[in-house]
Amino acid sequence: MILDLLAYGAFFLTMALTYAIMCLGLNVQWGQTGLFNVGIAGFVAIGAYASALLTTPETAGRIGGFGLPIAAGWFGGALVAGVVAYLIGALTIRLRADYLAIATFGVAVAVQLCVLNLEALTGGAFGIGFIPRPFAELAGNPLAFGLSNAGLLIAVVALLYMALEHLVRSPWGRVLRAIREDEAAAQALGKNPTRFRLQAFTIGGAIMGLAGAAQAHFIGFIAPDNYMPILTFQVWAMLIVGGSGNNRGAILGAVLVWGIWASSAAAVSTFFAPEQQARAASLQIVMIGVGLCLILLLRPRGILGEVRNVSRHIRKIMKSDDAELASRFLSKD
Amino acid sequence: MQSVADEKHDTASINRSPVIDARRLVKRFGGITAVAGISLVLQQGEMIGLIGPNGAGKTTLFNLIAGSLKPSSGEIWISGREVSQERPELRIARGVGRTFQIPRPFAEMTVLENVLTGAQEQDGERLFANFFNPGRVAGQERAAIDKARSLLSFVTLSGLENEPARVLSGGQRKLLELARILMADPAAILLDEPAAGVNPALLETIMERVLELHAQGKSILLIEHNMDMISRLCSRVMAMASGRHLAEGTPDEVATNPAVIEAYLGGAA
Repeated sequence: MILDLLAYGAFFLTMALTYAIMCLGLNVQWGQTGLFNVGIAGFVAIGAYASALLTTPETAGRIGGFGLPIAAGWFGGALVAGVVAYLIGALTIRLRADYLAIATFGVAVAVQLCVLNLEALTGGAFGIGFIPRPFAELAGNPLAFGLSNAGLLIAVVALLYMALEHLVRSPWGRVLRAIREDEAAAQALGKNPTRFRLQAFTIGGAIMGLAGAAQAHFIGFIAPDNYMPILTFQVWAMLIVGGSGNNRGAILGAVLVWGIWASSAAAVSTFFAPEQQARAASLQIVMIGVGLCLILLLRPRGILGEVRNVSRHIRKIMKSDDAELASRFLSKD
Repeated sequence: MQSVADEKHDTASINRSPVIDARRLVKRFGGITAVAGISLVLQQGEMIGLIGPNGAGKTTLFNLIAGSLKPSSGEIWISGREVSQERPELRIARGVGRTFQIPRPFAEMTVLENVLTGAQEQDGERLFANFFNPGRVAGQERAAIDKARSLLSFVTLSGLENEPARVLSGGQRKLLELARILMADPAAILLDEPAAGVNPALLETIMERVLELHAQGKSILLIEHNMDMISRLCSRVMAMASGRHLAEGTPDEVATNPAVIEAYLGGAA
């Protein structure tokens, strides 16, 4: 029993962490830069399909199937999604926030329709199966398999978190904040807003692609239905609940909202008769919506709001100056 | 400061093109002509005042020179280079820095970070250098912090360096903006109403600092309503009204010019 619970816990955490990666990507775009991307599902899909095509064995009647190692697939998925984000960004990044939202939403719908109809490449509505799973050799032992996968995802999220925090506290992150706070003033200081926004959009898109790849390999099967606008909505809910602008908030929000999602799915299958369950599943979305409303009313900045980030070089000085500052404040009175 | 010495040398050399050379600038907004054929030359090391009643087109002219608006016709040359159609973020690299009429600090960033954002050519602002060349980034950042702190002490904001800029008063914000552009070492500084809404004690500080910068060889273009400030700072004043050139000369000449008096008093007289 305990082993079963542990195995489920590992499964749950692995899934939640794939969403945490998407959420970290969105945080670079929205939390740090203010780019209103409503096309998350599209970038996730691109990463998932790119990785699946790179790593699956050759299949009759389908282009692709290069049989590459899983790591190559993840890297490729992030790369392709990043390139697509760059190209879309180059066209749309100058748009005002609301228009950017419409443009990215259109892109996501287009990606989903392409995936559905480019049967020779994507398998159409049937999707792509037999995507190699990490630690597949442990599949006979659900606990070991689950824990290894959870461990892998924990490592990926931790690495990503450290890299993103490094950027937030760098001069690059400072320019991003400056542009978000006052574009005209940043321009007067020689910063090119378009260039920095495009970089942030590209990084965010690549991270979402990585998340798509990781998720595809964990589930082992992908289909166009996985990448509907509801996915975009979920990731947005995660970031708002956790705390936009805060990387730890992004991870926490993903785990919490995925928890609500999974437990409401369990509740639906427990409390509703089988013939009602398909309709009752909509209650899951209601649950997320209610949770979102509660957070916005009670803690509008999310559970972990944005912290004031200062370049790591300055933080060193601030620490050593604390004593001096304190004495200055005291002597003022 | 190396660059200041260079500029002094430049000022001494003959036959240099002016820092700012605006030629017959016109700016129309729909049916309104805000600037109607103004020419203005700012020589190396010169300080010029720009006056005129509200709606004269001073700030529009200023925005044209600073690059945040593009002229409908006419040309802007900076140190011998035509820049009329360049994007605003290139101006600082050409050597022209500006402040805003209503200061625009990065409110949630600390005072020190605000000034650091003015630094140019920082490797740390390039994405990958942060990962592949962290030592160089850290070294540049340390140098930038030293420079930013000396500029903060120049504008008397040292004690506030770790406060978010939103806590600053109106006058302190103007001083912060000044430090922020000085971080980029521009040859010319455009100051848009540095005295507006500033308490008298701080105004004195701002004036002293502007005079000090002028003494260091910076070229300064100053929009100001405060005639007292203009006459203390500038040797040459240009008056505008309704987008046109009205008068030019020493502060006294311009202040007593009947056309200028007429423009200021307008219909009321």
